[in-house]
Amino acid sequence: MQTVKMVVTGPFSAGKTEFIRSVSEIDVVSTERKISSNQEKAVKEQTTVAMDFGRITVDDDLVLYLFGTPGQRRFDFMWEILSEGMLGFVVMVDSTRPETFREARSILETFRAYAPTPYVVAANKQDMKDAWEVEDMRHALRLDSKVKLVSCTATDRDSVKAILLELLYSILNEMENGEK
Amino acid sequence: MALRGNLRDFTITQLLNLINLAGKTGTLVVEGPSETAKIAFRDGKLAYAEIGSEDGSLASILHHAKRLSSGQYKSIQQGAAHIPDKELGLLLINAGYLSQEDILTNLQQHFTDIVQRLFTWVEGFFHFDNDLLPPEERISVRLDLENLIIEGSRQLREWEQLQDEIPSLDMALKFTDRPGTNLRNVNLSVEEWRVVSYINPRNTMRQIASATKMNDLEIRRIIYGLLQAGLVEVTRQAGAIAPTPSVRVFPSDNKEEQKSLVNRLINRIRSL
Repeated sequence: MQTVKMVVTGPFSAGKTEFIRSVSEIDVVSTERKISSNQEKAVKEQTTVAMDFGRITVDDDLVLYLFGTPGQRRFDFMWEILSEGMLGFVVMVDSTRPETFREARSILETFRAYAPTPYVVAANKQDMKDAWEVEDMRHALRLDSKVKLVSCTATDRDSVKAILLELLYSILNEMENGEK
Repeated sequence: MALRGNLRDFTITQLLNLINLAGKTGTLVVEGPSETAKIAFRDGKLAYAEIGSEDGSLASILHHAKRLSSGQYKSIQQGAAHIPDKELGLLLINAGYLSQEDILTNLQQHFTDIVQRLFTWVEGFFHFDNDLLPPEERISVRLDLENLIIEGSRQLREWEQLQDEIPSLDMALKFTDRPGTNLRNVNLSVEEWRVVSYINPRNTMRQIASATKMNDLEIRRIIYGLLQAGLVEVTRQAGAIAPTPSVRVFPSDNKEEQKSLVNRLINRIRSL
Protein backbone atom coordinates (compact mmCIF):
# COMPACT_ATOMS: atom_id res chain seq x y z
CA MET A 1 0.00 0.00 0.00
CA GLN A 2 1.44 3.36 -1.08
CA THR A 3 0.82 6.46 0.98
CA VAL A 4 1.14 10.14 0.21
CA LYS A 5 0.40 13.10 2.41
CA MET A 6 -0.73 16.69 2.36
CA VAL A 7 -0.57 19.15 5.22
CA VAL A 8 -3.27 21.61 6.21
CA THR A 9 -1.89 24.48 8.21
CA GLY A 10 -2.86 27.99 9.29
CA PRO A 11 -3.44 30.12 12.38
CA PHE A 12 -5.45 29.14 15.38
CA SER A 13 -9.15 28.58 14.57
CA ALA A 14 -8.74 29.08 10.82
CA GLY A 15 -10.73 25.93 10.07
CA LYS A 16 -8.07 23.26 9.62
CA THR A 17 -9.86 20.55 11.57
CA GLU A 18 -13.17 21.22 9.82
CA PHE A 19 -11.42 21.13 6.45
CA ILE A 20 -10.06 17.65 7.03
CA ARG A 21 -13.29 16.50 8.64
CA SER A 22 -15.22 17.41 5.49
CA VAL A 23 -13.43 14.92 3.27
CA SER A 24 -11.90 12.33 5.56
CA GLU A 25 -13.41 8.86 5.36
CA ILE A 26 -12.41 8.23 8.94
CA ASP A 27 -13.38 10.31 11.91
CA VAL A 28 -10.65 12.86 12.16
CA VAL A 29 -8.21 11.59 14.72
CA SER A 30 -7.32 14.59 16.77
CA THR A 31 -5.78 14.91 20.18
CA GLU A 32 -7.91 17.85 21.17
CA ARG A 33 -7.62 19.31 24.61
CA LYS A 34 -9.61 21.91 26.45
CA ILE A 35 -8.15 25.33 25.98
CA SER A 36 -6.70 26.81 29.13
CA SER A 37 -6.02 30.39 28.01
CA ASN A 38 -8.95 32.80 28.41
CA GLN A 39 -8.03 34.61 25.23
CA GLU A 40 -8.17 31.45 23.14
CA LYS A 41 -11.32 30.28 24.97
CA ALA A 42 -13.09 33.36 23.66
CA VAL A 43 -12.54 32.02 20.15
CA LYS A 44 -13.26 28.35 20.63
CA GLU A 45 -13.51 25.65 23.27
CA GLN A 46 -11.19 22.95 21.98
CA THR A 47 -7.93 23.19 20.13
CA THR A 48 -5.70 20.74 18.37
CA VAL A 49 -2.78 19.93 20.56
CA ALA A 50 -0.73 17.57 18.45
CA MET A 51 -2.27 17.17 15.04
CA ASP A 52 -5.35 16.24 13.09
CA PHE A 53 -5.21 13.20 10.90
CA GLY A 54 -7.62 12.31 8.13
CA ARG A 55 -7.56 9.74 5.36
CA ILE A 56 -8.85 9.34 1.81
CA THR A 57 -8.44 5.92 0.24
CA VAL A 58 -7.76 6.39 -3.47
CA ASP A 59 -7.75 2.75 -4.51
CA ASP A 60 -6.48 -0.63 -3.36
CA ASP A 61 -2.93 0.56 -3.72
CA LEU A 62 -2.94 4.20 -2.67
CA VAL A 63 -4.00 6.23 0.36
CA LEU A 64 -3.86 9.99 0.88
CA TYR A 65 -3.32 11.23 4.43
CA LEU A 66 -4.24 14.73 5.49
CA PHE A 67 -2.33 16.14 8.43
CA GLY A 68 -3.53 19.24 10.21
CA THR A 69 -1.00 21.26 12.19
CA PRO A 70 -1.77 22.78 15.57
CA GLY A 71 -2.43 26.50 15.18
CA GLN A 72 -0.67 27.97 18.20
CA ARG A 73 2.94 29.07 17.99
CA ARG A 74 3.88 27.06 21.05
CA PHE A 75 3.33 23.87 19.03
CA ASP A 76 5.36 25.01 16.05
CA PHE A 77 8.00 22.36 16.75
CA MET A 78 5.48 19.95 15.14
CA TRP A 79 5.38 21.84 11.85
CA GLU A 80 8.72 20.73 10.49
CA ILE A 81 8.04 17.14 11.44
CA LEU A 82 4.64 17.17 9.77
CA SER A 83 5.99 18.84 6.63
CA GLU A 84 8.52 16.10 5.89
CA GLY A 85 7.60 14.20 2.73
CA MET A 86 4.46 16.18 1.97
CA LEU A 87 3.13 16.48 -1.60
CA GLY A 88 1.97 20.01 -0.90
CA PHE A 89 0.17 22.06 1.69
CA VAL A 90 -2.89 24.20 2.23
CA VAL A 91 -2.74 27.35 4.33
CA MET A 92 -6.14 28.07 5.83
CA VAL A 93 -6.94 31.69 6.64
CA ASP A 94 -10.02 32.86 8.51
CA SER A 95 -11.49 35.53 6.22
CA THR A 96 -13.42 37.06 9.12
CA ARG A 97 -10.41 37.63 11.38
CA PRO A 98 -7.92 40.01 9.77
CA GLU A 99 -5.94 40.04 13.00
CA THR A 100 -4.77 36.53 12.01
CA PHE A 101 -3.53 37.51 8.54
CA ARG A 102 -0.05 38.37 9.76
CA GLU A 103 0.23 35.03 11.50
CA ALA A 104 -0.98 33.26 8.34
CA ARG A 105 1.68 35.04 6.32
CA SER A 106 4.34 33.99 8.80
CA ILE A 107 3.17 30.35 8.72
CA LEU A 108 3.23 30.41 4.93
CA GLU A 109 6.81 31.68 4.90
CA THR A 110 7.83 29.04 7.43
CA PHE A 111 6.37 26.19 5.38
CA ARG A 112 7.85 27.54 2.16
CA ALA A 113 11.22 27.41 3.87
CA TYR A 114 10.68 23.81 4.99
CA ALA A 115 9.99 22.46 1.50
CA PRO A 116 9.68 23.90 -2.04
CA THR A 117 6.36 22.13 -2.64
CA PRO A 118 3.23 23.60 -4.22
CA TYR A 119 0.65 25.16 -1.96
CA VAL A 120 -2.75 26.80 -2.00
CA VAL A 121 -4.02 29.49 0.34
CA ALA A 122 -7.65 28.92 1.30
CA ALA A 123 -9.68 31.99 2.25
CA ASN A 124 -11.99 30.19 4.66
CA LYS A 125 -15.37 31.21 6.10
CA GLN A 126 -16.26 33.05 2.91
CA ASP A 127 -19.89 32.22 3.68
CA MET A 128 -19.79 34.52 6.71
CA LYS A 129 -21.09 38.07 6.67
CA ASP A 130 -17.81 39.62 7.90
CA ALA A 131 -15.60 37.78 5.45
CA TRP A 132 -13.06 39.91 3.60
CA GLU A 133 -13.15 39.88 -0.20
CA VAL A 134 -10.66 37.38 -1.52
CA GLU A 135 -8.74 39.95 -3.56
CA ASP A 136 -8.51 42.25 -0.55
CA MET A 137 -7.07 39.34 1.37
CA ARG A 138 -4.49 38.83 -1.38
CA HIS A 139 -3.20 42.33 -0.79
CA ALA A 140 -3.39 42.04 2.99
CA LEU A 141 -1.47 38.76 2.88
CA ARG A 142 0.94 40.22 0.30
CA LEU A 143 0.49 37.23 -1.99
CA ASP A 144 1.92 37.34 -5.45
CA SER A 145 -0.64 37.14 -8.26
CA LYS A 146 0.76 33.70 -9.16
CA VAL A 147 -0.17 32.26 -5.75
CA LYS A 148 -3.48 30.42 -5.69
CA LEU A 149 -5.81 32.10 -3.20
CA VAL A 150 -9.11 30.27 -3.29
CA SER A 151 -12.42 30.94 -1.61
CA CYS A 152 -13.39 28.20 0.84
CA THR A 153 -16.03 27.07 3.29
CA ALA A 154 -14.36 24.29 5.26
CA THR A 155 -17.63 22.73 6.35
CA ASP A 156 -18.70 22.29 2.73
CA ARG A 157 -17.33 19.17 1.10
CA ASP A 158 -17.43 20.53 -2.46
CA SER A 159 -15.54 23.61 -1.37
CA VAL A 160 -12.85 21.50 0.29
CA LYS A 161 -12.63 19.25 -2.79
CA ALA A 162 -12.03 22.32 -4.92
CA ILE A 163 -9.10 23.37 -2.74
CA LEU A 164 -7.52 19.90 -2.85
CA LEU A 165 -7.96 19.76 -6.61
CA GLU A 166 -6.29 23.13 -7.07
CA LEU A 167 -3.35 21.85 -5.07
CA LEU A 168 -3.15 18.67 -7.12
CA TYR A 169 -3.31 20.66 -10.37
CA SER A 170 -0.40 22.75 -9.09
CA ILE A 171 1.57 19.63 -8.28
CA LEU A 172 0.91 18.21 -11.73
CA ASN A 173 1.77 21.51 -13.37
CA GLU A 174 5.08 21.65 -11.55
CA MET A 175 5.92 18.14 -12.66
CA GLU A 176 5.15 18.98 -16.26
CA ASN A 177 7.17 22.18 -16.09
CA GLY A 178 10.04 20.26 -14.58
CA GLU A 179 10.13 18.03 -17.62
CA LYS A 180 10.41 20.92 -20.10
CA MET B 1 16.51 33.55 47.13
CA ALA B 2 19.32 34.28 44.71
CA LEU B 3 18.19 36.32 41.76
CA ARG B 4 19.35 34.11 38.95
CA GLY B 5 17.88 32.40 35.94
CA ASN B 6 17.61 32.47 32.17
CA LEU B 7 16.30 35.22 29.92
CA ARG B 8 14.09 32.58 28.32
CA ASP B 9 11.97 32.74 31.45
CA PHE B 10 12.49 36.29 32.63
CA THR B 11 12.96 39.25 30.30
CA ILE B 12 15.36 42.12 30.86
CA THR B 13 12.37 44.43 31.27
CA GLN B 14 10.99 42.25 34.05
CA LEU B 15 14.39 42.23 35.75
CA LEU B 16 14.68 46.01 35.59
CA ASN B 17 11.20 46.30 37.06
CA LEU B 18 12.12 44.01 39.93
CA ILE B 19 15.37 45.87 40.63
CA ASN B 20 13.52 49.19 40.52
CA LEU B 21 10.71 48.11 42.86
CA ALA B 22 13.07 46.38 45.28
CA GLY B 23 15.52 49.31 45.30
CA LYS B 24 18.39 46.87 44.80
CA THR B 25 22.08 47.67 44.94
CA GLY B 26 24.54 45.45 43.09
CA THR B 27 25.29 44.28 39.57
CA LEU B 28 23.18 42.29 37.14
CA VAL B 29 25.45 40.01 35.14
CA VAL B 30 23.94 38.71 31.90
CA GLU B 31 25.67 36.13 29.72
CA GLY B 32 24.44 36.79 26.19
CA PRO B 33 24.93 34.87 22.93
CA SER B 34 28.44 36.14 22.37
CA GLU B 35 29.28 38.52 25.23
CA THR B 36 28.57 39.29 28.85
CA ALA B 37 26.96 42.47 30.12
CA LYS B 38 27.27 43.94 33.61
CA ILE B 39 24.70 46.48 34.69
CA ALA B 40 25.23 48.09 38.11
CA PHE B 41 22.49 49.61 40.26
CA ARG B 42 22.37 51.65 43.43
CA ASP B 43 19.09 51.80 45.35
CA GLY B 44 17.23 50.63 42.28
CA LYS B 45 18.69 53.23 39.95
CA LEU B 46 21.04 52.60 37.04
CA ALA B 47 24.62 53.43 38.07
CA TYR B 48 26.89 51.93 35.45
CA ALA B 49 26.96 49.51 32.52
CA GLU B 50 29.55 47.69 30.44
CA ILE B 51 29.29 45.04 27.78
CA GLY B 52 31.78 42.49 26.49
CA SER B 53 35.27 43.80 26.04
CA GLU B 54 34.13 47.19 24.75
CA ASP B 55 36.14 50.13 25.98
CA GLY B 56 33.96 51.76 28.61
CA SER B 57 36.41 54.49 29.55
CA LEU B 58 35.21 58.08 29.74
CA ALA B 59 37.52 59.13 26.91
CA SER B 60 36.17 56.41 24.61
CA ILE B 61 32.56 57.26 25.44
CA LEU B 62 33.09 60.97 24.79
CA HIS B 63 34.98 60.28 21.56
CA HIS B 64 32.21 57.98 20.35
CA ALA B 65 29.67 60.71 21.16
CA LYS B 66 31.80 63.17 19.17
CA ARG B 67 32.44 65.31 22.24
CA LEU B 68 36.16 64.68 21.88
CA SER B 69 37.94 64.90 18.57
CA SER B 70 40.11 62.05 17.34
CA GLY B 71 43.17 64.15 18.09
CA GLN B 72 42.05 64.85 21.66
CA TYR B 73 41.18 61.20 22.20
CA LYS B 74 44.58 60.10 20.93
CA SER B 75 46.35 62.60 23.19
CA ILE B 76 44.45 61.32 26.21
CA GLN B 77 45.24 57.73 25.33
CA GLN B 78 48.92 58.52 24.98
CA GLY B 79 49.36 60.84 27.95
CA ALA B 80 46.58 60.03 30.39
CA ALA B 81 45.53 56.46 29.70
CA HIS B 82 45.99 55.30 33.29
CA ILE B 83 44.30 58.08 35.18
CA PRO B 84 40.85 57.28 36.60
CA ASP B 85 37.79 58.60 34.79
CA LYS B 86 36.87 60.86 37.71
CA GLU B 87 40.23 62.65 37.45
CA LEU B 88 39.99 62.85 33.67
CA GLY B 89 36.51 64.28 33.98
CA LEU B 90 37.75 66.99 36.36
CA LEU B 91 40.63 67.78 34.02
CA LEU B 92 38.28 68.19 31.07
CA ILE B 93 35.90 70.38 33.08
CA ASN B 94 38.70 72.56 34.46
CA ALA B 95 40.19 72.91 30.97
CA GLY B 96 36.82 74.16 29.75
CA TYR B 97 36.26 71.39 27.18
CA LEU B 98 33.11 70.05 28.78
CA SER B 99 30.76 70.76 31.65
CA GLN B 100 29.85 68.30 34.38
CA GLU B 101 26.37 68.06 32.85
CA ASP B 102 27.86 67.16 29.46
CA ILE B 103 29.86 64.34 30.97
CA LEU B 104 26.95 62.92 32.96
CA THR B 105 24.56 63.19 30.01
CA ASN B 106 26.93 61.31 27.74
CA LEU B 107 27.60 58.64 30.33
CA GLN B 108 23.87 58.19 30.94
CA GLN B 109 23.27 57.85 27.21
CA HIS B 110 26.06 55.30 26.87
CA PHE B 111 24.75 53.19 29.75
CA THR B 112 21.18 53.45 28.44
CA ASP B 113 22.31 52.29 24.99
CA ILE B 114 23.92 49.22 26.55
CA VAL B 115 20.74 48.33 28.45
CA GLN B 116 18.68 48.82 25.30
CA ARG B 117 20.90 46.39 23.44
CA LEU B 118 20.00 43.79 26.01
CA PHE B 119 16.29 44.09 25.14
CA THR B 120 16.87 41.90 22.09
CA TRP B 121 18.57 39.16 24.09
CA VAL B 122 16.06 36.34 24.48
CA GLU B 123 18.40 33.68 25.80
CA GLY B 124 21.21 33.75 28.37
CA PHE B 125 21.94 33.15 32.03
CA PHE B 126 21.74 36.04 34.46
CA HIS B 127 22.46 36.54 38.13
CA PHE B 128 22.41 39.52 40.46
CA ASP B 129 25.52 40.01 42.58
CA ASN B 130 24.76 42.17 45.62
CA ASP B 131 28.46 42.60 46.35
CA LEU B 132 29.63 43.62 42.89
CA LEU B 133 29.80 47.39 42.52
CA PRO B 134 30.94 49.60 39.62
CA PRO B 135 34.70 49.77 39.10
CA GLU B 136 36.32 52.37 41.37
CA GLU B 137 37.99 54.18 38.50
CA ARG B 138 34.73 54.72 36.58
CA ILE B 139 32.11 57.43 37.06
CA SER B 140 28.69 56.27 38.22
CA VAL B 141 25.41 57.96 37.42
CA ARG B 142 21.97 57.87 39.01
CA LEU B 143 19.32 57.18 36.38
CA ASP B 144 15.68 56.33 37.07
CA LEU B 145 14.62 53.06 35.47
CA GLU B 146 11.00 53.88 34.65
CA ASN B 147 11.66 55.23 31.17
CA LEU B 148 13.97 52.35 30.37
CA ILE B 149 11.30 49.89 31.50
CA ILE B 150 8.66 51.54 29.30
CA GLU B 151 11.05 51.56 26.35
CA GLY B 152 11.92 47.93 27.00
CA SER B 153 8.26 46.90 27.04
CA ARG B 154 7.67 48.73 23.80
CA GLN B 155 10.68 47.11 22.17
CA LEU B 156 9.64 43.68 23.40
CA ARG B 157 6.24 44.05 21.76
CA GLU B 158 7.89 45.30 18.58
CA TRP B 159 10.44 42.47 18.72
CA GLU B 160 7.70 39.83 19.07
CA GLN B 161 5.76 41.39 16.22
CA LEU B 162 8.85 41.49 13.99
CA GLN B 163 9.74 37.91 14.86
CA ASP B 164 6.25 36.83 13.86
CA GLU B 165 6.60 38.68 10.61
CA ILE B 166 10.15 37.51 9.86
CA PRO B 167 10.71 34.28 11.79
CA SER B 168 13.98 33.31 10.15
CA LEU B 169 16.98 35.41 9.10
CA ASP B 170 18.39 32.48 7.15
CA MET B 171 16.22 33.23 4.14
CA ALA B 172 17.24 35.63 1.40
CA LEU B 173 15.48 38.58 -0.22
CA LYS B 174 14.78 39.58 -3.79
CA PHE B 175 13.22 42.64 -5.36
CA THR B 176 9.59 42.17 -6.30
CA ASP B 177 8.53 42.14 -9.88
CA ARG B 178 5.98 44.94 -9.55
CA PRO B 179 5.60 46.88 -12.79
CA GLY B 180 5.90 50.62 -12.28
CA THR B 181 7.98 50.41 -9.11
CA ASN B 182 11.20 52.31 -9.40
CA LEU B 183 13.43 52.04 -6.39
CA ARG B 184 15.03 55.36 -7.26
CA ASN B 185 11.79 57.21 -6.55
CA VAL B 186 11.42 55.68 -3.11
CA ASN B 187 12.63 57.67 -0.11
CA LEU B 188 14.75 55.44 2.07
CA SER B 189 16.98 56.27 4.99
CA VAL B 190 20.72 55.75 4.89
CA GLU B 191 20.39 52.50 6.84
CA GLU B 192 17.65 51.26 4.53
CA TRP B 193 19.73 52.01 1.44
CA ARG B 194 22.63 50.17 3.00
CA VAL B 195 20.44 47.10 3.39
CA VAL B 196 18.98 47.51 -0.12
CA SER B 197 22.48 47.54 -1.59
CA TYR B 198 22.98 44.00 -0.29
CA ILE B 199 19.66 42.58 -1.47
CA ASN B 200 20.39 39.63 -3.65
CA PRO B 201 19.04 36.07 -3.55
CA ARG B 202 22.60 34.97 -2.74
CA ASN B 203 22.61 36.88 0.57
CA THR B 204 20.62 35.76 3.56
CA MET B 205 19.15 38.38 5.87
CA ARG B 206 21.61 37.24 8.52
CA GLN B 207 24.52 37.90 6.17
CA ILE B 208 23.14 41.32 5.33
CA ALA B 209 22.84 42.09 9.06
CA SER B 210 26.45 41.09 9.59
CA ALA B 211 27.69 43.17 6.64
CA THR B 212 25.76 46.25 7.79
CA LYS B 213 26.62 45.67 11.47
CA MET B 214 22.99 45.53 12.50
CA ASN B 215 21.51 43.41 15.24
CA ASP B 216 18.52 41.11 14.80
CA LEU B 217 16.01 43.77 15.78
CA GLU B 218 17.45 46.48 13.54
CA ILE B 219 17.62 44.31 10.44
CA ARG B 220 14.13 42.93 10.99
CA ARG B 221 12.77 46.45 11.44
CA ILE B 222 14.23 47.61 8.14
CA ILE B 223 13.27 44.51 6.19
CA TYR B 224 9.74 44.65 7.61
CA GLY B 225 9.41 48.16 6.21
CA LEU B 226 10.65 47.03 2.79
CA LEU B 227 8.29 44.05 2.83
CA GLN B 228 5.33 46.20 3.82
CA ALA B 229 6.09 48.58 0.97
CA GLY B 230 6.11 45.65 -1.41
CA LEU B 231 9.64 46.39 -2.57
CA VAL B 232 11.14 43.04 -1.63
CA GLU B 233 10.02 39.53 -0.91
CA VAL B 234 11.49 36.64 1.01
CA THR B 235 13.00 33.84 -1.01
CA ARG B 236 15.19 30.80 -0.52
CA GLN B 237 18.89 31.63 -0.73
CA ALA B 238 20.17 31.04 -4.28
CA GLY B 239 22.46 28.06 -4.39
CA ALA B 240 21.20 26.85 -1.04
CA ILE B 241 20.60 23.16 -0.97
CA ALA B 242 16.92 22.57 -0.33
CA PRO B 243 16.45 20.45 2.76
CA THR B 244 16.44 16.85 1.70
CA PRO B 245 13.33 15.31 3.15
CA SER B 246 14.16 12.22 5.12
CA VAL B 247 10.74 10.90 4.11
CA ARG B 248 10.05 10.47 0.41
CA VAL B 249 7.30 12.55 -1.16
CA PHE B 250 6.40 9.94 -3.73
CA PRO B 251 6.63 6.16 -3.31
CA SER B 252 8.42 5.89 -6.65
CA ASP B 253 11.22 7.89 -8.27
CA ASN B 254 9.83 7.26 -11.73
CA LYS B 255 8.38 10.52 -13.12
CA GLU B 256 5.64 8.82 -15.14
CA GLU B 257 4.53 6.84 -12.11
CA GLN B 258 4.50 10.01 -10.05
CA LYS B 259 2.29 11.77 -12.61
CA SER B 260 0.00 8.77 -12.74
CA LEU B 261 -0.29 8.83 -8.98
CA VAL B 262 -1.28 12.52 -8.97
CA ASN B 263 -3.88 11.84 -11.66
CA ARG B 264 -5.29 9.02 -9.56
CA LEU B 265 -5.56 11.43 -6.64
CA ILE B 266 -7.32 13.99 -8.82
CA ASN B 267 -9.85 11.45 -10.03
CA ARG B 268 -10.52 10.24 -6.53
CA ILE B 269 -11.03 13.74 -5.08
CA ARG B 270 -13.41 14.55 -7.95
CA SER B 271 -15.44 11.49 -7.13
CA LEU B 272 -15.90 12.35 -3.45
